[in-house]
Amino acid sequence: MKTIVKSLLAPRKYFMQGNIACAEGALAAGCRYYAGYPITPSSEIMEHMSIRLPEVGGVFMQMEDEIASICSMIGASWAGAKVMTATSGPGFSLMLEGIGYAVMTETPCVIVDVQRAGPATGQATKPAQGDVMQARWGAHGDHRIIALSPWSVQEMYDLTIKAFNFSEKYRVPTILLADEVVAHLKESFVVKPEIEIYNRDKTLTETPFGTQEEDGVPPMPCFGQGAQLLVTGSTHNEYGIRKVADPDVQERLVTRLCKKIDNHKKDICLTERYFTDNAEYLFVAYGISARSSYAVVSELRESQINAGLLRYITIWPFDEETLKECALEAKVIFVPEMNQGQLVLEIMRILPHQKVIPIPKTRGEAIYPSDIIKVFRKYHE
Amino acid sequence: MPSIKELSREPELFSSGHRACTGCGEVLAVRQVLLAATKPVACAMPTGCLEIVSTIYPHTAWQVPMFHSAFENAAATISGMEAAYRALKRKGKITEEINFIAFGGDGGTYDIGFQALSGAVERRHRFLYVCLDNEAYMNTGIQRSSATPLGAHTTTSPAGKVKPGKLEWRKDIVEIMIAHDIPYAAQATVWNWNDLANKVRKALSVNGPSFINVLVPCPLGWGYHSSQTITLSRLAVETCFWPLYECENHKYRLNYTPKEKLPITEWLKLQDRFRHLFREENKHLLNAFQEEVDRRWELLNRKIKCSQ
Repeated sequence: MKTIVKSLLAPRKYFMQGNIACAEGALAAGCRYYAGYPITPSSEIMEHMSIRLPEVGGVFMQMEDEIASICSMIGASWAGAKVMTATSGPGFSLMLEGIGYAVMTETPCVIVDVQRAGPATGQATKPAQGDVMQARWGAHGDHRIIALSPWSVQEMYDLTIKAFNFSEKYRVPTILLADEVVAHLKESFVVKPEIEIYNRDKTLTETPFGTQEEDGVPPMPCFGQGAQLLVTGSTHNEYGIRKVADPDVQERLVTRLCKKIDNHKKDICLTERYFTDNAEYLFVAYGISARSSYAVVSELRESQINAGLLRYITIWPFDEETLKECALEAKVIFVPEMNQGQLVLEIMRILPHQKVIPIPKTRGEAIYPSDIIKVFRKYHE
Repeated sequence: MPSIKELSREPELFSSGHRACTGCGEVLAVRQVLLAATKPVACAMPTGCLEIVSTIYPHTAWQVPMFHSAFENAAATISGMEAAYRALKRKGKITEEINFIAFGGDGGTYDIGFQALSGAVERRHRFLYVCLDNEAYMNTGIQRSSATPLGAHTTTSPAGKVKPGKLEWRKDIVEIMIAHDIPYAAQATVWNWNDLANKVRKALSVNGPSFINVLVPCPLGWGYHSSQTITLSRLAVETCFWPLYECENHKYRLNYTPKEKLPITEWLKLQDRFRHLFREENKHLLNAFQEEVDRRWELLNRKIKCSQ
């Protein structure tokens, strides 16, 4: 249920680190349970939660690893709390089984992945956007998740709130796919007097795992409310009863888990357009790469070049329609990313007849406007 | 028993020039452990301070083969190394005796690496696991671990108005290892180098897994002057917070008896992480700390008696 609440922090301008803003956003959204495990470059979120949660009557729990972190937060979510954990690549890899479990059991939870350069231990203190496809496809089996990508400290705050709202509304794990740059960036951001939050529908029902509609989200009564709950990661019917050999139940469940997201893309998919009308050169980017792209596009516009930027705030599910619209008149589409080319694959798939140029960077540093311009020059007559 | 003169003639397997903080206890332990090894060794370590400070580009402090694995699996990695070595030996492709040593921090041993360690010990791989216990996650910025003592301030168990630091007592990892029927388990410090060297030699001589938990003070995480590392590791023993003992084939033995058991405050008062415990309102925690040290000390002494 949508409701308007007062911000937890006094409304004004703040100067804060991205990780701290993320933690404050979570508290504002109503997060009262945090379970985590230290990992660079996300540890400040956890440290801030360990101080702030007891102050607002919440529970902070440091677990023995990331598997325990995500599982304990799934438990707390079923006890009725809004829950969050934060990690980085290696920890995110360990959480994948739990994410799949949360998808299957339709457990609202927020996972912050502050991406660092990988694979494996990689460069622990350096930024990357290498977990884009892992976020989408990491958990096994057919499934959908929601992933948001912030490009500023303001969005570390705002999108954390949004992540909670989506997660509670659609009963799906929602991933805030940040990176080391926005996480450790310090800049000013504004806390408004009021924010819109979404509180879970906890209506007591006999069927907390199914709906009449093929894309519905059932209410989620929690433990202690009196519902006879059986929560299981095995295939189950609308009552929660295991049905591990019934093809119809398996098909109905998996279809709904996917369609409840796919059919609500209009609500979930957030994008921002800058000068995309009639853009000949379209830049498609997300997170910190979009910020560098924005600088490039502004510069090109000043020199009378028809460049535009389509910024993806929601990466998953992917908004195909907006891309097609913005790319209508584009001669070349550039996709700068801090990886070897991940989201660009999706764009190439959607626009098979257009010239899509990846601008990858995997040097453990932010992608700079100069990196982007260099590639652009090759394609600009 | 190796003398210090004898050890000083051994080639250094962990070289100088690494980037550990001044007064770091961890690297002292590594150096002493490797000096005590008499056969060629191959090592493994999970992610942690040790990995960072010993392998800064373009250098490595390791004069022995070292395998840096992920955070949770040094014991699993060394299981594979040791199993492969045994197979090659059986086939006659290797004739040399090789010892395997894994070094893990307390996070990588007590917490995330515990499952791998428990499995490796149960499978009876022949390796020595050395836990470099500095009582918190120092590498990521001093977060509490299950080795952090009661009342300690860390960045995730902050001492403030609501809570007086960590609320739980530390896990007794040596006792947990003994419960695995491990042939050799011991507790040591960097202060008593002789005791540590003896324990390493014993551990490497057993036919099966062995475990040594070494207390390695951390100036940054504990909050003390870097000149006090050895003093602090000695006081941990003299207060009986960290008794030097071993358990060999179910037989407990005390390796050092303090002349006079000092009150725990002698150890606590030198560390910033415990400063808040000396406030009037936290007095009960100081008492609880002392009581727990006493209880465990008495329990250990009873075990020693019973197992004779």
